[in-house]
Amino acid sequence: MHNKTIAELSIALRDGQVSSTELTTQMLQRVKTHDATLNSFVTVTEDLALAQARAADERIAAGAAGPLTGIPIAHKDIFCTLDVRTSCGSRMLEGFVSPYDATVVANLQRAGAVMLGKTNMDEFAMGSSNETSYYGPVRNPWDTETVPGGSSGGSAAAVAARLCAAATGTDTGGSIRQPAALTGITGLKPTYGRCSRWGMIAFASSLDQAGPMTRSAEDAALMLAAMAGFDERDSTSAQRPVDDYVGALGSPIKGVRIGIVKEFMGEGLDAGVGASVSAALDELTRLGAELVEVSLPNAGLSVPAYYVVAPAECSSNLARFDGVRYGHRCTDPKDLEDLYKRSRSEGFGAEVKRRIMIGTYALSAGYYDAYYLKAQKVRQLIADDFRRAFAACDVIVGPTAPGTAFRLGEKADDPVSMYLQDIYTIAVNLAGLPGMSIPAPASDGMPVGLQLIGNYFDEARLLNVAHQLQLATDWHRQAPADFV
Amino acid sequence: MQWETVIGLEIHTQLATRSKIFSGSSTAFGAEPNTQASLIDLGMPGVLPVLNKEAVRMAVRFGKAIGAQVAERSVFARKNYFYPDLPKGYQISQYELPVVGSGVVEIVLEDGSTRPVGVTRAHLEEDAGKSLHEDFHGMTGIDLNRAGTPLLEIVSEPDMRSAKEAVAYAKKIHQIVTYIGICDGNMQEGSFRMDANVSIRPKGQAEFGTRAELKNINSFRFLEKAINFEVARQIEVIEDGGKVVQETRLYDANKDETRSMRSKEEANDYRYFPDPDLLPLEIDAAFIAEVVEGMPELPDARRERFESEYGLSAYDADVLTGSRIQADYFEAAARTGGDAKLTANWVMGDLAAALNKEGVDIADCPVAAADLGLLVARIRDNTISGKIAKDVFAAMWAGEGSADQVIEAKGLKQITDTGAIEALVDEVLAANSAQVENYRSADPDKQPKMLGFFVGQIMKRSQGKANPQQVNELLRRKLGG
Repeated sequence: MHNKTIAELSIALRDGQVSSTELTTQMLQRVKTHDATLNSFVTVTEDLALAQARAADERIAAGAAGPLTGIPIAHKDIFCTLDVRTSCGSRMLEGFVSPYDATVVANLQRAGAVMLGKTNMDEFAMGSSNETSYYGPVRNPWDTETVPGGSSGGSAAAVAARLCAAATGTDTGGSIRQPAALTGITGLKPTYGRCSRWGMIAFASSLDQAGPMTRSAEDAALMLAAMAGFDERDSTSAQRPVDDYVGALGSPIKGVRIGIVKEFMGEGLDAGVGASVSAALDELTRLGAELVEVSLPNAGLSVPAYYVVAPAECSSNLARFDGVRYGHRCTDPKDLEDLYKRSRSEGFGAEVKRRIMIGTYALSAGYYDAYYLKAQKVRQLIADDFRRAFAACDVIVGPTAPGTAFRLGEKADDPVSMYLQDIYTIAVNLAGLPGMSIPAPASDGMPVGLQLIGNYFDEARLLNVAHQLQLATDWHRQAPADFV
Repeated sequence: MQWETVIGLEIHTQLATRSKIFSGSSTAFGAEPNTQASLIDLGMPGVLPVLNKEAVRMAVRFGKAIGAQVAERSVFARKNYFYPDLPKGYQISQYELPVVGSGVVEIVLEDGSTRPVGVTRAHLEEDAGKSLHEDFHGMTGIDLNRAGTPLLEIVSEPDMRSAKEAVAYAKKIHQIVTYIGICDGNMQEGSFRMDANVSIRPKGQAEFGTRAELKNINSFRFLEKAINFEVARQIEVIEDGGKVVQETRLYDANKDETRSMRSKEEANDYRYFPDPDLLPLEIDAAFIAEVVEGMPELPDARRERFESEYGLSAYDADVLTGSRIQADYFEAAARTGGDAKLTANWVMGDLAAALNKEGVDIADCPVAAADLGLLVARIRDNTISGKIAKDVFAAMWAGEGSADQVIEAKGLKQITDTGAIEALVDEVLAANSAQVENYRSADPDKQPKMLGFFVGQIMKRSQGKANPQQVNELLRRKLGG
């Protein structure tokens, strides 16, 4: 049962092949069995999950079920969950119990999804390997000596290992897509503003976006349909109706123009990943899509621009963690200065501190114009590049990450090499576009991610292209051998 | 050396919205600590601000009131610094693009002359909470009820040249913001707080001297004293061969001095940047038109109208329009009183004196405007004399009822019956024949003064109720005859 997708489980639940309580119990058991190895969950909410499952069973019995009713999912621990610990992967929020639900969490709960627990992540979503978590690294179910990617590494590993049917993630520079790529699942970062950020602990507010992590494009459509929508509590959320993502899945992709970014297919890309991406492109061509070459001349500036904008915003967003009202506070502070210094020094890990320092510097008097303002201009250039590219194509396709999963510790001491993990994903966040990662053929037995980038609010088309490819292939059906 | 003082003011006016600028919490003053602090005000993880449209409306109203440009597009920025009563570690304010651009207000100086003072800008921002240093045994308590209260910070040009001018300007701004109903103006509760940038320069020099910023002054009197102290201090520093350093200073009202709070070197680098949680604030012409439509009459226009409509002197019109509530009171009283000049005298005279004596604000005046008007009407229709009216007013103030009720209850109705008054006059003349003789033999120009004796006697006999004009007339006739 755990190998089934949401779409399949939904039918099984409706047809009475299994109850949500049975399914939830089974999944909780799998978490107990496997998560000692993976460390993908930081909190398991067993009692809550079973209570929600019972309520879902009643709803199913009453014939009032939706497609997500009774489906066991997990939330990245960046989402605030009422009366449940919300740590954001940090010592700073160890033991912090949120007094409210994030909108995304509330939306999924309303849709009937069952929350199994909260998943591990890079501290405050800063990382690409899930090694910066205070709660220890997450291991990749395909090879437990490798990382699952980050920052939504816990969600990715849990979905890949079939510990939950789907999970939520957040993506600021690639944090949904890169771990989805490294663990062989489907992950979608929607257009900026499509999902509410209310209750999602901010890393870089102008880039952060929530999205689903699933085992198929169809499941991503089901999840996104519940997650997305305008929220009056988030001024940056989009005031436009949510498209019918599931309804849009049936269109043939004959004639769809696929843009190949020439800057993404050259230097720096692992040969195996390159071959895998080419195989996927061949399959898209076989299905009738047309390939066109497009250019993003400023894409090379995206990583440096990102590492100014994101740290700048994070340096301000994380100022509230000061030991005064909640979260970690040092023992016996001498005075106010001591309270701040020690609480924050003890509460934050090295990567978070590095980014706070970078961001503080970039915003400081005399440097603002040279860094922050310039980075914002680069952002505009990148958005313009995409606008021109989308005049010539409907969907951009390329690699999600430059390589497959790397070994734990391999890049931990080399931040720049770690930052380059997001070289193909970051431009999408800077422009605010939707992006998706779906499995391409494996390389040396390890998953490879194929990135699909759409125009603003064109999630329905992205999902359909992904779905058509998944109907024709079984790449997304591959599972890590030890977790089937 | 002759020194010239240069002053610019930054005034923080608390906007009179019901809820906070970025959350739905109440802004009411004086609640139990932290009972008016929502998740947003507490700066919980994951919360987001949503702009209160009413605060924008009020800012626009101010902009239009001083003839300033209202920005079609303004931007909220984060001002980053750490302080325990600043929950997010940054204050949401406006920096490069404020909602209100430059405007001008006219101030009236003591000699009656007027002078324009430039307003550089006005921007919206949120207030911080309060740190409570008492009752916590070496610790500090934090009350976040005030956190997120909307402020409009009004920044002037360095156009003022004396403490008195600064006070006149501050009073003018106070008058405007209270008139247009965007601020309650309550200085004790911190609804109107002033920072003064003060510098001196040799008379005739074009460049400004180094300024000191005097923070958080909450009364006009303290503003004047703080500036005067600071000017004297700076002159002394320079004349002793020293240099004024750029710094923030605090005025201590108890010691009547300013002292250094922090120097420029210790000043925070606020690292302003546009707040990514809020979209740029866009204000269209329709919104502005709607605000202008609902704009109350401004003080200068009202003063002119009081002169033309009620025939009041410039002085009376100025005093009565000093505050909107006083002007409203006057107009309501004049409507029932029917005599604007007489009503004005009462509002500025007996009423003002009573309010002053009892330390009561006109907003809490125990005598309603319409009731005062009725009292004026009773003087006008000769039911009572002006003198008796003072007693009636005192009774009204004491809560003994309306003018008519007091007159009735105390039997104060004026005697206007000529026969009754004549009888009183005759009685008094008969009982004082010696004085009558003296009067008649006296020098004509001394007679008017002597007449007062008889008037007094008659009024006493009538318990003040005899109509004084009639008494005078009858007396003159009988004594002359």
